[in-house]
Amino acid sequence: MAGTAEAPSTNRVGLQKKDYAGSKSTLCIGCGHDLITARVIDACFDLSIKPEGLIKISGIGCSSKTPAYFVSRSFAFNSVHGRMPSVATGASLANRTLKIVGVSGDGDTANIGLGQFMHLMRRNLDMTYIVENNGVYGLTKGQFSATADKGSKLKHGAVNAQTPIDLCALAVELGCGFVARLFAGNTMMMRQVMQAALAYKGTALLDIISPCVTFNNHEGSTKSFPYMKTNEMALQDIGFVPAYDPQYEDMKPGEERVVQLGDGSKISIKALDQSHDPTNRGAAVKLLSEYRESGKIPTGIIYLNEGAPRFAETLGMVDKPLSSLTAAELRPPKSALDEIMNSLA
Amino acid sequence: MTTTEAPAEVGTIVNDLVLHVATANGSGSQTSNMVLLRSLFQMGIPISGKNLFPSNIQGLPTWFTIRANKDGWTARKQDADIIVCMNPETALEDVAAAKPGAALIYEDSLPLADKRPDCIHYAVPFKKLINECCPDARLRKLVINMLYVGVCAQLFDIDMKEIQKALNTQLAGKQKAIDLNLPALEYGRKWAQDNLTKRDPWRVERMHANDGKIIIEGNAATALGLMFGGVSVVTWYPITPSSSLCEYLEDYLNQYRKTPDGKRTFAVVQAEDEIAAVGMLAGAGWAGARCFTSTSGPGISLMNEIIGLGYFAEIPFVICNVARTGPSTGLPTRTMQGDVLSLLYASHGDTKHIVVIPNSPKEAFEMGGQALDLAEEFQTPVFILSDLDLGMNFWMSPRFDYPTEPFHRGKVLTKEDLDKLGGKWGRYQDVDGDGVPYRTVPGTDHPNAAYFTRGTGHTPQATYSEKPEHWKGNMDRLAKKFATAKTRVPKPEIVNNRHAAGLVFFGTTTEAIREACAELDAKHGLKLDLCRLRAFPFTQEVEDFLHSHERVYVVELNRDGQMRMALNAELPHFAGKLRSVLHYDGMPLDAATVVEQVVALEKNK
Repeated sequence: MAGTAEAPSTNRVGLQKKDYAGSKSTLCIGCGHDLITARVIDACFDLSIKPEGLIKISGIGCSSKTPAYFVSRSFAFNSVHGRMPSVATGASLANRTLKIVGVSGDGDTANIGLGQFMHLMRRNLDMTYIVENNGVYGLTKGQFSATADKGSKLKHGAVNAQTPIDLCALAVELGCGFVARLFAGNTMMMRQVMQAALAYKGTALLDIISPCVTFNNHEGSTKSFPYMKTNEMALQDIGFVPAYDPQYEDMKPGEERVVQLGDGSKISIKALDQSHDPTNRGAAVKLLSEYRESGKIPTGIIYLNEGAPRFAETLGMVDKPLSSLTAAELRPPKSALDEIMNSLA
Repeated sequence: MTTTEAPAEVGTIVNDLVLHVATANGSGSQTSNMVLLRSLFQMGIPISGKNLFPSNIQGLPTWFTIRANKDGWTARKQDADIIVCMNPETALEDVAAAKPGAALIYEDSLPLADKRPDCIHYAVPFKKLINECCPDARLRKLVINMLYVGVCAQLFDIDMKEIQKALNTQLAGKQKAIDLNLPALEYGRKWAQDNLTKRDPWRVERMHANDGKIIIEGNAATALGLMFGGVSVVTWYPITPSSSLCEYLEDYLNQYRKTPDGKRTFAVVQAEDEIAAVGMLAGAGWAGARCFTSTSGPGISLMNEIIGLGYFAEIPFVICNVARTGPSTGLPTRTMQGDVLSLLYASHGDTKHIVVIPNSPKEAFEMGGQALDLAEEFQTPVFILSDLDLGMNFWMSPRFDYPTEPFHRGKVLTKEDLDKLGGKWGRYQDVDGDGVPYRTVPGTDHPNAAYFTRGTGHTPQATYSEKPEHWKGNMDRLAKKFATAKTRVPKPEIVNNRHAAGLVFFGTTTEAIREACAELDAKHGLKLDLCRLRAFPFTQEVEDFLHSHERVYVVELNRDGQMRMALNAELPHFAGKLRSVLHYDGMPLDAATVVEQVVALEKNK
């Protein structure tokens, strides 16, 4: 929808795009992370997410700084290195109604935080987990991270000899129901998938190749803008349609796959040159394995399967936030203590 | 071995015994031992039960020590009066360690008859008896321990009705097990009646010291304190000796904290490690839940980074350290007060933490709730310093009082508060001059509610800053907040009769110190004043106590005198007065150790 100059468009909760703004980014000019930040702002606005109901959690690193750059009206927690998953888990336990965006990087997730990442994937916490993946440590000036491809080169020429960790493959393996690999330079796809991830009920992992223009954008890097522009292999043409959209009722599977998400919205997934079926876990594993050492980077929705119980459901928690329970709900009556004391006498 | 004391006559020592049972881990002896402990308790005699177990699941030696004492002395005592040797592996050692005159009860096929002629021997054909009274060969291993309960009942006059009642309590609802064990119990007793001549001096008789009392482990007590204190998020990683705390807590919560439709008003999560457990607390406390984890020393070491985050970003959560013997993996199933410094000053940079220190199940219950209050009032991590002795041993306790205080949730701004303030507030601003700022909780429906939480330098408005004045100002405010906490933490328990020497102690050494002081007074003419620390920061009363004594002995279960170091650091003016009384072999403190060291120190005063 095109708005007019004098009347900026407002979304369904009466907010304008500027209401989703954050502080000015302090990252390097041209950083892939800023492109992701912009898409998070778009998605929150487009989905009419109330900023007061959203929380932003991160670890440590360049990526983990970005929650300061979007939706300042939302609570944010820039925690410690590699521990964003546990902090997000705790916040969600305290208040299961909060929408959570977790932002991490490849070092924060695949190196120091790999354990917490894997356990989060097992739990199906209701959150969107964004990995801003550039293969290097930025804040400490350009060391390899665990997602750096074998044979890729650092700026000063050092070659990575170790096998990379594929976060998408791990996520699929561990039961995550929404796994996407994206490229920060592919605005169209990111915009659609970001909305779908936020609409999804459960853990949505977005592993976004987000080039570091200062330390990993040179010849020999496999996570640079030039490399990704040449080697990205878009798997799908993806469209996100919220339930209130006029097109919604007309969406029928044809040559494209239509999947309904937990909040009622739908996504259409039209396979491009690869006929990847993202609802098939075996196919997802096979795809990632096939392209692992090909140099090509398939992007799109790798795996999508909604319906697994979410963590709060597994735990049998009450619907309202634990943080909102009253003293009467939290302290059992005197008769309970009497009963216990009698049993111990 | 010689003894100067004449042996006491048969049956003349009443309600004063230490019974030491040696068995193999995993042999089901816990039920037998608990039946003995309970029946003595039911007879109205003050008791304690201490389990000395290996870091192992099955097969290694384990000992259970029951002390019954009419005067209420229930601390550990070094020497047992009666030793039941059910473990052939350790029988020789157990018997060799017996004090002269001790009563030894053992399987008659063990080569012990010619050992220790200075002891009283009761050889019992346990294997033969179990074959006779338990027809099912597969069950004999589990039931054999009931025989010694019967033998003890006969020898020491333990009321069989109380034993039966204790068995029913211990095996509540398991009628098959009761039907299996009861005949063995009676068979053992009958055999002893027909075949043993009593030659030892110990016996028990009914008294009435236990009216209104319960038997409980400290971990269960802490768990109850937390439940009635309104805990809603519990995370944990299994580690001895803390695991049973969260297991008890989950059981209690499942029983008493479900809505009528069966949903839980709590979450219990077994995390992947201690770092994740405390990370979840950082998230949960930040988002407004009363939250808790329990661990032991190694877990505290792992949690250090996030503890510092909690201190600096000002997030409430509670950690109970059920301490074990360290450093390193140490002795996982032995006790120690060895984590004093690692709690008080946990994490890098300038940090200090509120620590509450219970000495009994009743205090563990009370401090469980208090810790949740203190955490939210001061928006900071709060520790409960317990230990294996309190957490996993069996204590007689007064019944717990139902808490009547409302929860203290601290300075939380609601949507309505923010409306009144016109949305103007600063997360780290010292509005009230007590160093404690106001906070909002995620989800608060006001456009100015949100703030940015970080472990990096920040302004009173919670924005990022590297400016020296912001950093120092914030650190000074945190120090002021800590000073305010001094007025709110549990005060020490003090007995001050203006003697020249004082004794400072804390936690589970209490029982041994009570007993030691009585002996120091009665046998050595030494009178000491007492100050039992119950919290960090040290309150004014602690300072006054140190001030009003010429010399002060600080008793603690570690090698380096950690609490003395902390007193020296916090109250340096009195450093010259403090001397350490230390015990650090992994065992709970006993009175004799205190008496011996204090007498020696007083000689050289």
